[in-house]
Amino acid sequence: MADVGPLTAALKLGTMSMARVRHLAVLAGGALGALARAGLEEALPARPGGWPWATFAVNVAGALLLGWVTTRLTEMAAPARYARFLIGTGFCGALTTFSTLQVETLRLAKSGHVGVAASYAAASLAAGMAAAVLATIVARRRRYG
Amino acid sequence: MTTWLIWGGVALLGAAGAWARFTLGAVVAARRPGPFPLGTFTVNLTGGFLLGALIGASLTGDALLLLGTGLLGAYTTFSTWMVEAQRLGEDGALRTMWLYLLGSMVVGLAATGAGWMLGEALR
Repeated sequence: MADVGPLTAALKLGTMSMARVRHLAVLAGGALGALARAGLEEALPARPGGWPWATFAVNVAGALLLGWVTTRLTEMAAPARYARFLIGTGFCGALTTFSTLQVETLRLAKSGHVGVAASYAAASLAAGMAAAVLATIVARRRRYG
Repeated sequence: MTTWLIWGGVALLGAAGAWARFTLGAVVAARRPGPFPLGTFTVNLTGGFLLGALIGASLTGDALLLLGTGLLGAYTTFSTWMVEAQRLGEDGALRTMWLYLLGSMVVGLAATGAGWMLGEALR
């Protein structure tokens, strides 16, 4: 039973259908990711006209984690069948957000901070892509380490 | 007590948002297969439109925390967008990668702006 994770054994997930386990994993990961993001957004609210650090931080961190998880779990390990859905689709997907990034960009532009808005959109794309690339490289290197 | 209820609501709505993204993304990807990640694209644009509408309608406080940050924040995703784009680039599909990256940003801003105006009109 090498491909069965500890959670599978503990919750007797082995008796459930693959689809049901995936759905439960997405729900659980989604709840945790949303809580982490909402907690940081509440702790570090963006000042009017200021850089939205909370969203920027969770988005880049989530891209880094998802790049690593996707590479490790699809290319290298025989993962527990829920792991990619729990950590990837659920947690990373909900930890990061597209809608808030869009609203923050528009709000900055509407309030006259067009330069900050453009920098925020561009920096999010650049840092997110850099994180995904870096995480993939690091995840593949560790195989030979 | 109220605080715990609100955070419990954020967790529940976050779970619902992630599940909706997973389900709708899979349906769209199955119906329109291809190199362009249409599932995530659809989810992100609809989520941006809806959050724009909530902001335009001047939703604030706990209602915005629950529906905006909790539900729509978890429904849309940045990490999947980035990793899908990175994989497209790695596969040599550079045109599709740029189309996906810039297309999501530009069309997303237009959709969010349209939602915002709709919210303002309905307020």
